[in-house]
Amino acid sequence: MIDQTTEQAAIAREAMPAPGLTARWWTAFMRFIRTKPLGAVGGLIVVLLVLVAALAPVLSPYDPRSTPALPWESPNADFLLGADYVGRDVLSRLIYGARISLYVGLGSVLVGITASFIIGVALTYIGGIVDMVAQRIVDALMSLPGLLIALAIMAVVTPSLNTVILAIVIGMIAPVIRTVRSQVLSLKELDYVTAATAIGAPPWRIIFRHIVPNCFATYLVLATYYLGFAIIIESSLSFLGVGTPPDQPSWGGMLVRAASAHVKSGPWLAICPGLAIFLVVMGFNLLGDALRDVFDPRLRGR
Amino acid sequence: MTQYLIRRLLLFIPTMLLATILVFALFSIVPGDAAVFLLTGEDASGTVTDADFERLREDLGLNRPIYVQYADWLWGVVRGDLGISLYYGQPFGFELIERFARTFELAVLAIVMAFVAAVPLGIISAMKQDSGVDYASRVIALVGIAMPTFWIGVLVIYGLVYGTGWLPPLEYAHLWEDPLQNLKLMVLPAAVIGFHDMAFTARVTRSAMLEVMREDYMRTARSKGLREWVVVGRHALKNAMLPVITVSGYQFGRLLGGVIIVEQIFVVPGVGNFLIDAINHRDFPVIQGVILMTAVVVLLLNLIIDMFYGVLDPRIRYS
Repeated sequence: MIDQTTEQAAIAREAMPAPGLTARWWTAFMRFIRTKPLGAVGGLIVVLLVLVAALAPVLSPYDPRSTPALPWESPNADFLLGADYVGRDVLSRLIYGARISLYVGLGSVLVGITASFIIGVALTYIGGIVDMVAQRIVDALMSLPGLLIALAIMAVVTPSLNTVILAIVIGMIAPVIRTVRSQVLSLKELDYVTAATAIGAPPWRIIFRHIVPNCFATYLVLATYYLGFAIIIESSLSFLGVGTPPDQPSWGGMLVRAASAHVKSGPWLAICPGLAIFLVVMGFNLLGDALRDVFDPRLRGR
Repeated sequence: MTQYLIRRLLLFIPTMLLATILVFALFSIVPGDAAVFLLTGEDASGTVTDADFERLREDLGLNRPIYVQYADWLWGVVRGDLGISLYYGQPFGFELIERFARTFELAVLAIVMAFVAAVPLGIISAMKQDSGVDYASRVIALVGIAMPTFWIGVLVIYGLVYGTGWLPPLEYAHLWEDPLQNLKLMVLPAAVIGFHDMAFTARVTRSAMLEVMREDYMRTARSKGLREWVVVGRHALKNAMLPVITVSGYQFGRLLGGVIIVEQIFVVPGVGNFLIDAINHRDFPVIQGVILMTAVVVLLLNLIIDMFYGVLDPRIRYS
């Protein structure tokens, strides 16, 4: 009898799961837009960035590495945003630049935040002398600005997109480990973790069933913020000439010769790449703020 | 109190030592070590014989065990000897200190300017929550945080060059010799660097003030009939300033990162140009020196803030 009802319920669930779920997501999504308009704007910018990056070959009028224009050619019908110092189309390089920013940003965040989570959770469970030593290493790393660590790493590796990601990850890992560690420590004190321990749940079960799922919100918020951070560091490195190789259309690299007082350049070169970085970083920040508010009501409006 | 200060000092020493180990280790795990870079040239196109290689390794002391190298380097650092630049072949400690002083001046100027602009903005924003001023200051904060510092620098230079025909001066004036000229050169880059910090500090001030204004003692102060500016200035601001100062202090390290870039744009002969040059020449001792110096300055500053905080806030002291 009991089996039959659960079976029926299962069939019923299977018959119409999609509409219920979609509707719920849709409601949540609409509520997000209504209550967090700025967050929705941020989300929109992020979606646009992803679309531009994905459709770069379709959208861009020229090959970003070819030189169809004259050096410093002003914006005209053929080259909507003008050309740079060797005659490459600025618009095409901007569009392909979205790919680099997104690749480096997502790569650094996936590697960096995931690694920080593993280390942070492990440290709180190992504890003792290991945790103490690790905390001092985190302190020492935190004494250096992320950009400086990234610069130092770039000095000892061959510049490429992946080494840039490595440099950014090392630069951001210390503060993230610290955040994760304090989050896990406070989660461990909660009643349901005590309850799980009391009924004899092994540590791995507590970690994967109780701690990790509750860290999901923190993960998402940190990831959003550090995407902006990674994009700024990548463009800074490229601007300083030690990041993404110069033939690749990085937004930071495009600004290199834009403001040298000794070359006559056009305003389109000084404005466009910086505006792209600014908009994307602001998009991620706005989205991050909104997500944090949604997940942690205590911080609302700060 | 003494106990707190001693505990904090004791924490400082191992952190400092670990920082030196990290800085040293980074350049010891380089594939092929510095000798290879020196012999093969910057583009790694030269050819090397094994004998050359071994001789150079011996000259540089790279054939010794790693901990001996570290101890030797650390002993040198403690005595103020940072080593010899691989590229220029001479000691660089003095030049580094001189350049770091300029960078430090720029950073301090930036943080002071940021603070002076941000605190009133944050206070007004919190006092008149959800007013036009509040929205404007929040927009400035949002924009300032997301704008990359080097882009602001590029725009400022571009605007000046294009609008007024101004060029960044190549002649640098020393603070002690010609303070006025020095300030004139430093104000613009400092403002560019400080913009991000201002945005951030305004936001922290606003939220700290909002927090404090909900406290009971604020209501008490008002109901005692104190004038509004006494309530805000003496009761709210004093308590709200603590987190603001702490956050500003911890931002200093990040600010130094911004200084490195802006120095490039405004041709300030600080530590930034030195570092980028050294990176391009793979001049490891110089890079090591710059990073070590930054770490020392930031850690010392954090120590000072923590002690200051401990003196001002008894809750920290006894926890």
